[in-house]
Amino acid sequence: MMSHWIIAPVVLPAIIGAFTLLVLRNTLVTARTVSTAATAILLAIALYLMWGASHEGPEAYFLGNWPAPFGIVLVLDRLSALMVALAAFLALVVQLYAIGTGWDAKGRHFHALWQFQLMGICGAFLTGDAFNLFVFFEVLLIASYGLMIHGGGRDRLKAGVQYVAYNLVGSTLFLLGLATIYSVTGTLNMADLAAKLPSLPEGDAALIRVAGVMLLMVFAIKGALVPLHTWLPATYAQAPGPVSALFAVMTKVGAYAVIRLYTLAFPADLPATGPLFADLILAAALITLAVGGLGVLGARSLGRLVAFAAVTSMGTLFVAVAQFTPEATAAALYYALHSTLAAGALFLLADLVLARRGQDRLTAAPRIAQQGLIAGLFMAAAIAAAGMPPLSGFLGKLLILDATRGPWLAVIWSGVLASSFLVILGFAKAGAVLFWKSHADTTPPAPHAPQPLAFVAVGALMAGLVGLTLAAGPVTAWLATTAAELHDPAAYIAANKLGGQ
Amino acid sequence: MELLVASSIGMMTAVGIFLMLRLRTFPVIVGLTMISYACNVFIFASGRVVAGLPPILSKDATAYSDPLPQALVLTAIVISFGMTAVLVMIALGAFFEAGDDRIDLDEEGAE
Repeated sequence: MMSHWIIAPVVLPAIIGAFTLLVLRNTLVTARTVSTAATAILLAIALYLMWGASHEGPEAYFLGNWPAPFGIVLVLDRLSALMVALAAFLALVVQLYAIGTGWDAKGRHFHALWQFQLMGICGAFLTGDAFNLFVFFEVLLIASYGLMIHGGGRDRLKAGVQYVAYNLVGSTLFLLGLATIYSVTGTLNMADLAAKLPSLPEGDAALIRVAGVMLLMVFAIKGALVPLHTWLPATYAQAPGPVSALFAVMTKVGAYAVIRLYTLAFPADLPATGPLFADLILAAALITLAVGGLGVLGARSLGRLVAFAAVTSMGTLFVAVAQFTPEATAAALYYALHSTLAAGALFLLADLVLARRGQDRLTAAPRIAQQGLIAGLFMAAAIAAAGMPPLSGFLGKLLILDATRGPWLAVIWSGVLASSFLVILGFAKAGAVLFWKSHADTTPPAPHAPQPLAFVAVGALMAGLVGLTLAAGPVTAWLATTAAELHDPAAYIAANKLGGQ
Repeated sequence: MELLVASSIGMMTAVGIFLMLRLRTFPVIVGLTMISYACNVFIFASGRVVAGLPPILSKDATAYSDPLPQALVLTAIVISFGMTAVLVMIALGAFFEAGDDRIDLDEEGAE
């Protein structure tokens, strides 16, 4: 029995966020300490929840003790615990980076927004109710709006307007989809949907397909699937470095929602929808791979290069998700863990380069302070992101290719491999221009504070990637059980105690 | 009544989409507001359109209207209000920084 601990990842950041906002807004040192400690505690709670979920199976938390499907439930299972732990780890590390580089001092409410962001992300991972998922999406979005424009500046604000407008349309679509589902089934509890959708009357099949596609579009916006990825490059390239790094987990919220809802409520054997969603996701994911790869190759600034690398990684991830088999889902989860850490590290490194160069265009410039260390870390992160051996990106892609079956095998293999090639090429070109060509210039680098904490943060993300590679055996075994649980959701549905059993 | 509700939702959505595709922030914000109005009416209608029926328990009621969409729409209204306010603030910030309210980034492709 995990009992009340399930709600802790939502309540803790909410309280700390409000406290930071009201009491600590003028005391940076205290705000840093409290906020970092809270994120560390969140990570500890998440690990405890993960331990509980893997020993005792899914468990529901009934808010206000109202029985499902009438009340709102949070459901803890292996997947949600894993995603909360991933978000907490990334947030903790990136927060150290923000403190180490002084990003959090550029506006007064960085730590409060950071905590509210975590509240939204953890809530979205834990909730077992589709409308509540919408609410947590809005919580994480409204915090992300504030974080995205943190520090201000003309280009950042303009990119911010686009980002907010894009996501407002997404929220509206989400509501329309939910209302359609409600009008057909009369419920929005995910487990209840899973129980009711198979016995849907024939006449409502078209409506549920429309609703399913609308929700898929919302998650595709979050997960940056082509053609709904257009907000991502500008946003990630303009947002403050640590915020972009945290946003690496936001795209995974979209992927998580797809994995959760479309294995639970809209599985491929549902008569009303069939493999419609899998086909749509697969096609979009393959195009995403191409667009992301070409974007990496064509990017003229480091920020956009890394942003398109993130788009490519989402394409790879969704190729695996689209197959909806336990093996492919396990591979997708492994790749999601890897790509979150790798993208986070790359965004932080891009920020380090930007801070030392003053601009992040991919043109030859004099050497920068701490060039050797940054170049070494960049190379390691690029190897991981591109999926070259020996790091976890290679293992992740190998698992995905290995799990691929069916008529699209050849297309998927060539798509994933070709996009990896483009990403390798793009990163090699960028690294050569940024770090190699600067040696031709013998002017000494402009001095810059060493910022040890920032390097510790990047190093921690790289250590995470190495750990993921070394522990690949136990991790994939754990993820295989997670995926099996997702594709046989009886335990998840039973945890909701529908009908008061 | 169904026809009235359906056509007004459709009209507001069409107007909203048209305005959203403009290149200045002000029409885009108005367009988003129109779409969220349409969305709110749509959610309301998802509990079936009925007239004069109580949503909560009452002794002399013969039938009820669905109370849940009314609760959902309340949440949706509050959230879309807040989001629009945030968008207005960010758009104002961008307007004061950039001196114009064009929605596109300059030299988008060329950076």
